Amino acid sequence: MTEGNGRVPTDIVKRAIKPSVPSSELMTPGHLACQGCAATLSMRYALKGLGSETVLVIPACCWTVLAGPAPRSAVGVPLLHAPFAAAAATACGVKAGLRARGDQTTQVVAWAGDGGTFDIGLQSLSGAAERNEDIIYVCYDNEAYMNTGIQRSGGTPAHAWTMTTPGSSGSDLPKKDLDAILRAHHIPYMATATVAYPEDMVRKFSKARQIKGFRFIHILSPCPPGWKTEPDQTVRLSRLAVQTGLFMVYEVEQGKMRLSVPVPKRKPVGEYLAGQGRFKNFTPADVEAVQKSVDESWARLADEKA
Amino acid sequence: METAMPELSRDPLQFPETIVSDRSMAENLTGNWRSLRPVIDAARCTGCLICWKFCPEACVKLTDKVPLIDLAYCKGCGICVRECPPKAMSQQGEAGL
Repeated sequence: MTEGNGRVPTDIVKRAIKPSVPSSELMTPGHLACQGCAATLSMRYALKGLGSETVLVIPACCWTVLAGPAPRSAVGVPLLHAPFAAAAATACGVKAGLRARGDQTTQVVAWAGDGGTFDIGLQSLSGAAERNEDIIYVCYDNEAYMNTGIQRSGGTPAHAWTMTTPGSSGSDLPKKDLDAILRAHHIPYMATATVAYPEDMVRKFSKARQIKGFRFIHILSPCPPGWKTEPDQTVRLSRLAVQTGLFMVYEVEQGKMRLSVPVPKRKPVGEYLAGQGRFKNFTPADVEAVQKSVDESWARLADEKA
Repeated sequence: METAMPELSRDPLQFPETIVSDRSMAENLTGNWRSLRPVIDAARCTGCLICWKFCPEACVKLTDKVPLIDLAYCKGCGICVRECPPKAMSQQGEAGL
């Protein structure tokens, strides 16, 4: 064990089992994320897929803080901090600047939380998608404004506890269907992903990198302090969200939708909801309502396919 | 007493003096956040790399068999312990070590 001052050596050892995701690391340890943060896992996988020729544009979100204060950075690529509402607009500007300097290869990536995507950044995101700007927009969705202390966002599920929806019933408002909004922009590529399926996420990022035009990736990112869960539950909850059918992992290319992780037999949503403190006030009727909406959305998907 | 303004080496309009982060957050050792230490039972480890893959700190080192957890950074979240397929990992309280 290298207790003390050791950095993680980056030399790759020859081994019997090959890693299923690239072994290169662009995200460094020492970042400021909470224990068990899925946003850091997401960034780690994203950079494995994108490679070092990447620029990150980050509006106000958890990653603003956990990338660390200047002059240090936890990512091995340039990072530009953007105003809350302007992640997509800033990314478009960076892309235009690179193009003006003759750089056609560097990939510009806007990396925003659900607050900066579902709510505050929606107009600049929609504008960039409408103009089919040549950028990748990533929303890591932890389902509330976690960085500022768990306030409700457009990404928060109905009746989940947050600091601004206290009491036993939370807010009646359902989670905004952002993926449908993005699909309605008819962008060349959009995908959803979550940290329990790293190979899928890395593949989607390296695939998105090859495509021209506006690309959108929606990541479900469990947040232990905000969801009131133990830090070791992060990957388990991410997997359960997919296996219960609550979060569909799919990609849409030129309007054609394809499930990346098929769920032939869905687990009951209660398994996902039970372990989370933010749902602790749920009655059996609430769980039933969530199950009904999940069943309905899968029935809609089956209808679309038929 | 007069102090002369420091001269800028370059025209700020042509070359704005922006701060560029050229140091790594790896300088920031986060190991002291940890209250539970992950311990690998080498006899049961199959070298499957699940712990390496799911580490949010990117502090598990690839070796030829049993991975090495860099305790200078490990925050003790326990994801590796929960996800380990052969259950070759356990958490031990730092206080007792």
